[in-house]
Parts: sequence; C-alpha cells; structure tokens
Amino acid sequence: MLGWEFPPYISGGLGTACFGLTRALSQLGVEVLFVLPRPVPDSHSQHVRLLTPATFFAGTAEERQRAAQFARVTFLAVDAIMRPYATVETVEPMTSVDVEAALKSGPPIPGVRPTLRSVSGMRGGAPHADGGADYTGDLFTQVNRYAHYVAEIVETYDFDVIHAHDWMTYPAGILASRLSGKPLVVHVHSTEFDRSGINVNQAIYDIERAGMQAATRVITVSYLTKTLATRHYAVSPDKVDVVYNAIDHDGDSGRPIPQIRRNEKIVLFLGRITMQKGPEYFVRAAKKVLEVMDDVRFIMAGSGDMVRSSIELAESLGIGDKVLFTGFLRGPDVERVFRMADLYVMPSVSEPFGIAPLEAIMQNVPVLISKQSGVSEILTHALKVDFWDIDEMANKIVAVLRHPPLHATLHQQSSFEVSRLRWTDSARGCVQVYEKALAHSVAPV
Amino acid sequence: MASVCFYFQFHQPYRLRPYSVFDRGTDYFDHERNAALCRKVAQKCYLPACRLLLDLVQRHEGRFRFSISLSGIILEQFERYCPEVLDLLRQLSGTGCVELLAETYHHTLAFLYSRTEFAEQVRMHSDRIAELFGQTPKVFRNTELVYNNELAHFVAEMGYETILCEGVDRLLGFRTPALIYHPPKLPHVKLLLKNYRLSDDIAFRFGNRNWPEWPLTAERFAEWIDQVNGHGDLVNLFMDVETLGEHQWADTGIFEFVKALPGRVLQSARNEFRTISEAVIAYPVDGAYDVPELTSWADTERDLSAWLGNPMQSNALAELYRLERAVRASGDEALLTDWRRLQTSDHVYYMCTKSFADADVHRYFNPYESPYDSYINFMNVLDNLRSRLPVKNAALQDRASA
Repeated sequence: MLGWEFPPYISGGLGTACFGLTRALSQLGVEVLFVLPRPVPDSHSQHVRLLTPATFFAGTAEERQRAAQFARVTFLAVDAIMRPYATVETVEPMTSVDVEAALKSGPPIPGVRPTLRSVSGMRGGAPHADGGADYTGDLFTQVNRYAHYVAEIVETYDFDVIHAHDWMTYPAGILASRLSGKPLVVHVHSTEFDRSGINVNQAIYDIERAGMQAATRVITVSYLTKTLATRHYAVSPDKVDVVYNAIDHDGDSGRPIPQIRRNEKIVLFLGRITMQKGPEYFVRAAKKVLEVMDDVRFIMAGSGDMVRSSIELAESLGIGDKVLFTGFLRGPDVERVFRMADLYVMPSVSEPFGIAPLEAIMQNVPVLISKQSGVSEILTHALKVDFWDIDEMANKIVAVLRHPPLHATLHQQSSFEVSRLRWTDSARGCVQVYEKALAHSVAPV
Repeated sequence: MASVCFYFQFHQPYRLRPYSVFDRGTDYFDHERNAALCRKVAQKCYLPACRLLLDLVQRHEGRFRFSISLSGIILEQFERYCPEVLDLLRQLSGTGCVELLAETYHHTLAFLYSRTEFAEQVRMHSDRIAELFGQTPKVFRNTELVYNNELAHFVAEMGYETILCEGVDRLLGFRTPALIYHPPKLPHVKLLLKNYRLSDDIAFRFGNRNWPEWPLTAERFAEWIDQVNGHGDLVNLFMDVETLGEHQWADTGIFEFVKALPGRVLQSARNEFRTISEAVIAYPVDGAYDVPELTSWADTERDLSAWLGNPMQSNALAELYRLERAVRASGDEALLTDWRRLQTSDHVYYMCTKSFADADVHRYFNPYESPYDSYINFMNVLDNLRSRLPVKNAALQDRASA
C-alpha cells in the first residue's frame, strides 16, 4: 500500500480514507505493508524506517488502543515530504474559543483580520498564477525520492499486489510493479481535472495518466471519477471498479445532540478554500440568503489559495460582517464548529467523493451538497444542488434555517443512511479488485 | 351468489411549479406540466379505459356494472385539457350501470384537520357530480381510503350510509373482506372492504414477470372470484383507474384481460357484477368492523405513513390548515381556491421518505428529485400564500393556533 498521508497528519479525505481502508483490510485478514512519506526527525542514517502498529501509534492512550486494530499492518516510513496543498498547515489556526468569541461579538468581526494577516504570511509562494492548485516547487523531487525508497523496499519485503493512492505514489507504484512483476492497482481519489479545472498541470496529468495506464486495475471513489478516468485518461471502463469511501463510526454512537440555543443560525463551509471546492458560490449564495433572512452567520473553515479572494468577495458584496474565516481547523475544533452549525454546505465544483458531508451527518448536521460530487451517488437524504446554481443553493439554505422539520427529517434519515456505510464494505471492494488484478496477472498472455 | 364490485378511482393533482423563496408570483401551479400529464395519461389510460368499460357495459347488456369516483380537480382538468374524457364519463353515467361515489373535492386529508373544511369539500364535490352527471352520490369513500370509526360517525351524520375502506388483516383477524360489515354502534351504516389480495393482483402484480401467477388470464382470475362462493358474497376490487394502461402498460395485456373478464365471470350463473349501492341492498350485514386507528389503502402498512410519516409532512399540513380561519375571513375567493388546491394529498405524498418496497409506487408522476425538494417548494408557496392574507386576518391564525 503506497500512500502519502495518514492521520493525524492529514490535509483532506485521502488520509482519512487510507486510515479507514487499511484498518478494515487488517480486520478482514489482509496483510498490509503501508509505505508512508514522513520527515525524519533527527537521524540521517535511515531513509526507510519500519514501524510496528505499536510504535506507529505510540502517542495518547486512545492512539495506543488503535494499534490492535492494525494488527496485520506494517508501517514503513520513508524519508520524503509530500504536501501537495502547501497552504494546509501554514495558516495559523484560529482556536475554537476565538470562533465562539467572534460569533458572540457584533460586527466588525475580529476573526476576519487575523485571518487576512495569516494568509498574507503564508509559506510556499504566490498561488498558481492561473488559479490552479498550488504545488511547492520541489514536490516532484520528493515524488521521485519516494519512488526511489519504494524500490529499495521491493527488494526487502514480500507482497502480492501494489495498491497506490493518487498521483504522487504512481511513479513509485509503476517502478515497484516493474521490479517485482506484481500487479499494480491505482486508487483514484482525485484527478488534476477535479483540483484545477481547466488549468491542468501537464506534468501531474502525465503522471496520473501513466499510472492509470500502467495499472492492471483502477479503483475510483465514484462513478463521477470513473467517467473522468475513462474520458480524460483513456482508461477502458472495463478496467475500472468503483469503491465508495465510508466513515468511521468509532465513539460516535449515543453522542447527545447539542442543545445550543442561539438566535443566530450558522451555515458552515469546511474544506480547502480552493477553486475545486467552490468557495465563491458559497459566498454568493450567502449574499442571496441574507437578502431574505437576518441573523445568519456563514463560517468558512479551511485554508487555501482562495481565502483572500473569498474575503474580498464577501467584503465587496457588503456581507463581510456575516462571513467568518477561521483558518484551518483540526480534530476537536472541527467537531466544535460542526456542533455550532445548522447546515453544512459543500458546493464543490468537482468532488470525486467528499467524506466531509458524512462527517457532518455523524455530527448531526444536515448537508447540502453539489450534484457534482461522488458522495451524492450514495447519499439520498441530503439536499442537492448544481454548484453554479446560487439561487437554488440559497433557496435550500433558507429552507433549512427556517423550517425545523426539514432539519429534523434530514437529520433522522441521513443518520440512518450513513450508519450503514462501513469501511469493511469498502475494504471488501478492494479485495475483490486485488483478486481481479491477480487473476489477470497470472493469465496466459 | 358472488358479486364483483369494481371501483375505479380517477384523480390527478395540480402539481406546483418550481417556486423558490425568491419568487413572488401568485400563480403556484405548473399548468403546462399538468396539462401535458393529463393529456398523456388520457391517451394511455383514461380514453382507452373509458371506451373499453363503455363497450363492456353495452356488450353485456347491463350485466357488467361498476362504480367510479372522480376527484373534483380531475374533473376540472378533464374539462380544460381533455373534454373527450368527460364526454365518455357522461355516457358511462348515462348507461345507468355506473355509480358515482362521494369524496372530498380536492382529494384531501381534511378529515384529519378540519371537519368544517371536510364537510364543505364533500358537499362541493357532490354538487359538482350532480351538476355534471345528474346523479347524487350516496356512497362515501375518503381520499386513499383513509378511514376509522370516527370518520364513519361523522360521515353517517352527513347522511352517507355506505362507506368504502381497506380490508386490513390486522383488524379483520380471521374474518373475510367478502362480507358487509358495519362500524361499531352504527348498525345501519354499511362498510365495504377492499379485497386487497385480488385487487392488487391486478393493480400491482399483473405485469410482474417474477410473479408465480404471471401471466394472469381472465379465466384464472374468474376462477379465484368464483371460489368466494360459499365463503362470502362480495369481491371488492378497488383500484386506481390508472391501473388500466398507465400503472400496467397496454403491452402487459391489461386491456385484453379486462375485456375478457366480465364474460368469464358471467359464465357461471352464480356470479354477477354490482355497483356498491346495489350490493348493500342485496346482502345482509355480518357484524362490526372495528377500526380505532386510521387506515388507508396505501403501501404495505395500510396506514397514514405515506402522508404523515415524517416531521416535514405533518408540519406542512399543520401549517396549511392553521391558515383556515384567516383564509375564510379574507373573503378572497382566489386565495381560498389556492389554499384548497394545496390540500390535495399528493403534495405531502411527494414528501414521503419511506423507501424500500413501495418506492416505485411513490415515483408515479412525482415532479421532485427528492422529498426534501418537495417540502421546500410547498413551504415557499405556503409562505407566499400567507403573505396574501390581510394583516388583521393574519392575527386570526395565531389565535386559532394558540
């Protein structure tokens, strides 16, 4: 298993997916050798370090309990830094206390200014000039470095199938497959077309295409992504299987529904604030909502290259005091912001899957998602809208805020729906793909 | 002697147009879509079905007889969009072999919310039927056969002595729906219960190739009817007329089946067809059918969960009926009509979140992508309707709800 992020260090859904899948595979009895890029803290002697579940999950008591669930997993940390979304940890996260304080106080909102400052202080240089995704300059070097160490691993360890997650691990996957003769399965969690729209980075596209072409089987996280793979990467549809993501149900049962009585309603955007996620549509819909409703606050939690333009847009629409930017939030802060929210909106322009709406539902927050998302293929009890249809987005936001029975019904029905999504089912889907890949590779040529 | 009592329901709602919170117009209904659907269903079902039924009455010289119920708003739509259906219905009524039943004009669940409105709509409907067809309905059937003991009492007080309802297993116990019953404490009122097994064999299973009895022939079905002899008197086949050509498409052979059925049934001298009113004269009343809870003919539950199964549905109806006093007091006829058109049960049916076995039935002509969209649209319209109330009357609604 070739991955590039894993909790607690995650920037998006891929790390969550790798965690959920690997644990479920382990529980199904599959031996997993998980190769993960990690900065080496001190020693320069080792570029590849073996970590048992016990050493990997060595932190808190809660973490140590997790080790048992990964009994069949061996972690190999390799010396590479792969952070494709350069802005992720660079924005100073606002603490949860700040968020609540900012909400309590009247305009002007103090939250807006600090965020502006922290954005201007971002590392990683100016955003991509044409608005595409932002990649740090030496990312390709790191990708090659990762591939180099994976080649070393191939010589030392035994395995049957190579499972590579997203483009940064494809070169390593291709190399490992050539060296070992084992079949390659690439797992497409997102494509350059999702991330960058029409401003596609050719070098990344080439790697994605090479990976999908070299693979024996391709897994996509939705039919939406399968269509992209077949249409833009010339992959035969017969070679592609859809395996949906799921959600972790640990410790979320029986959580009481928060009873925070406020006069003000809160609508939440949570995710990278980049073109792909449609922040602009969220701000424009907010403007429309505020035309017919007062006492609504819009929180945009996340970082990305469109934070500044989103703040500016809100200001220019005259709703700067109603849109609050929190910066990137982690674990407990995410949970807290979900608990404050009356509605979670994911207006993504192109979302291969979208685990965040499932997390929102787990936190008892109903969701409004764009039809251009993979998760809408499996989520019936969600409000859905075309990402560009700002009027309809606003119409639905207003409805949820005004009509508690809509909120209640969405909550009841979606909780039940999401409770049936299990990583074990996703893992079973992967095992079936492995079997197909193995059958294919041993078949006479 | 076994009597077959067919009853066919005719109804289409006025579907709402997409109405956003930013819309301000007061024309809430999607006339184009309603016209197109009415015409489409007329071509596939209403016209061929009425022609076939008329032909059968004539061919069997009055021995094929049956009952129909027409919602007031399907009649309006026939007049406007397909007058030829109305002509056929008049001819059918004129044969003397077709009984017309009573219901609420706008095909509503008003009984649950307002007895005043309910009674008024039943009267409106009865007047309209008398006006159009020259016969006054004597038998009552409520929207979707929604029924309980209380409804029987109320409707009996309005002067109806025969009521149709669902034959629900959990309430019938070991008894048969093939006899006439009466509501508790109302010995003079007659209840005819739907035989859901035989009705649904035609309405739901007829074209299902996975059904062991497929393909069902008229001969075979007539045998099942004949088997009632010795066990009961009635075979109550209650269904939507859309069964003929719409729910069961013509290529399932449904029209040929119905065409052949009367001949097959009448082959045996101990079987016949009767209208509802003829059946209650012909047979004795067996005993009391006690229905303390609300029942209906819908879905597998035969209860109200299709219309009142989630908070959106109960909220939508409660908010709608909360406006009653203010709407009446406004004296605004257009407002009253719009308010009544929103009462049509289909609007809340579209908000149903039940899925599983009954999902397919819920999709018929449903203009919405999801139950949530349907609720949002309805509530936006209701908000606008509320804004049309004169200010002093708006206060009335608050007092009414207090």
